[in-house]
Amino acid sequence: MTTVALAALLSAVVGLQILREGSAPLQSGEAGLLYVRSPEAMKRMALSYGPLLADLYWIRAIQHYGDTRRSTEAVKSYALLYPLLDLTTSLDPLFNVAYTFGAIFLAEPAPGGPGRPDQAILLLQKGLKVQPDNWRLLQSLGFVYYWWHEDYRTAAYWFDQAAKRPGAPIWMAPLAAVTLAQGGNRAASRQMWQHVAQTESDEWFRNEAARRLRQLDALDQMDALNRLLAEYRSRTGGPAAGWPDLVRAGLLRGMPLDPNGLPYRIEGDAAALDPASRLLPLPNPARLR
Amino acid sequence: MRTLGYVAVNVFRESVRDKVLYNLVVFAVLLMAASYLIGQLTAGQDIKIIKDLGLAAIATFGLMIAVFIGIGLVWKEVERRSIYGLLSKPISRAQFIVGKYAGLVLTLAVNMAVMVGAWYAVLGYMGATVSPAARAAWVAPATDPTMLKAVILIFVELMLVTAVALFFSTFSSPFLSAGLTVGLWVIGHFNADLRNFEAVVESPAAAWLARGLYYLLPNFSAFDVKYQVVHALPVPVAYLASTAAYGAAYIALLLVAAVAVFSRRDFK
Repeated sequence: MTTVALAALLSAVVGLQILREGSAPLQSGEAGLLYVRSPEAMKRMALSYGPLLADLYWIRAIQHYGDTRRSTEAVKSYALLYPLLDLTTSLDPLFNVAYTFGAIFLAEPAPGGPGRPDQAILLLQKGLKVQPDNWRLLQSLGFVYYWWHEDYRTAAYWFDQAAKRPGAPIWMAPLAAVTLAQGGNRAASRQMWQHVAQTESDEWFRNEAARRLRQLDALDQMDALNRLLAEYRSRTGGPAAGWPDLVRAGLLRGMPLDPNGLPYRIEGDAAALDPASRLLPLPNPARLR
Repeated sequence: MRTLGYVAVNVFRESVRDKVLYNLVVFAVLLMAASYLIGQLTAGQDIKIIKDLGLAAIATFGLMIAVFIGIGLVWKEVERRSIYGLLSKPISRAQFIVGKYAGLVLTLAVNMAVMVGAWYAVLGYMGATVSPAARAAWVAPATDPTMLKAVILIFVELMLVTAVALFFSTFSSPFLSAGLTVGLWVIGHFNADLRNFEAVVESPAAAWLARGLYYLLPNFSAFDVKYQVVHALPVPVAYLASTAAYGAAYIALLLVAAVAVFSRRDFK
């Protein structure tokens, strides 16, 4: 009798939960809440559980970033990202991945991220206060200046500082020199990301470097396609309506695909990525020649 | 000594009968589930998190056992009136108290040994299944034996917590004993603040009082080297030895005090 009652009640609980799932969610004012924002207060409240709390905040930071990035909202707010990373790195100041990944997340422009390279720099400098000899943090700082601030002189300075630290890879010094001499050059950028893709031990970083390399490939391909569009225009006196026009004119062999396999589009007589492409947003083509 | 052993083994048997060791199942399930889930959630930080989680879980489960069993060690015997039968036997009150303490420490030791074994097994499995490239990025191997330094100090800390709980249980109710023990454990983690109190107050008397409390209250934060071992930072043997000696001295103080209080109690 008891078993039957338990089974019935359990079925009722599961059934009601399934029923609830189907109903519309309640309206909520904020996407997420962070009850304690002060790292100092959290450090005290953590007692001996600081590192474990740092792990939990790190998981929250990843989830906040991932959920916001995947959300379908028109304006994506990553407002909690920096406070979460700040708490993580205050509770565990040697949590290096939180600095390096965090900097990438923070610097990524909208809609893929908050577009706050200033906060990325702040986070990395916080890490460097604790570990001034950590070449990875210095390298990440160089990346932020290179990629998002387009400040190649400062980027070269940080790459050079990284090269002087123990354990730095041998390609760091040439990278500093190339950045200083040819900053903004697409070949120099490619070289930088190739080094990361080949030497980074973390899979996420390797994937990120591979994505950046595909972005550079896309920029090269779009330049080539734009030249073909110009050629078509000069031959026919008008813009191409689509890629089939270029195929018929013998300028292309087939539909051009981006490095992720999505077809390119023509927008305003110029090649463009499909809006669904995961390579977006591309770095400013004007600065990477 | 033999009598003491009987009391201790009895406490251990009682805790097994009370299903205290069921927490081991919870611990094992928690670690195994976490090791699977965390790999999906944490962007390559699974080993660090399993290390943090394992150490925190060992400390927390141990703390709960030390507090909630420690506070009932004496009280239960008084409440059930079995204390009359016990004390009529050739057993001194000091043997009773120390035996009870040793029994709970034995329970904690068995409990911790199994938890540490399970934790290392999970870490060993995770260490064996990752790519060499990912392993190269770790600051220490998955089954780094130096992590045992943190385990040793957690054990000494739990022994101290048990002594505190036992001391309070000799003269107060379980509810009050639990509150006082947990309260002291929390305060013991703020000890460093008491030491530097003169930096935030102007009154020399308040600063002097805080400095006095710093030396008097148990410094539980000293036993916490979890952060250091997870990041492969050095924990010198001298630190380990001096902290363990501090813990042992404090435990002895509390046991002597518990025996003194218990010896004066009138059960008529």
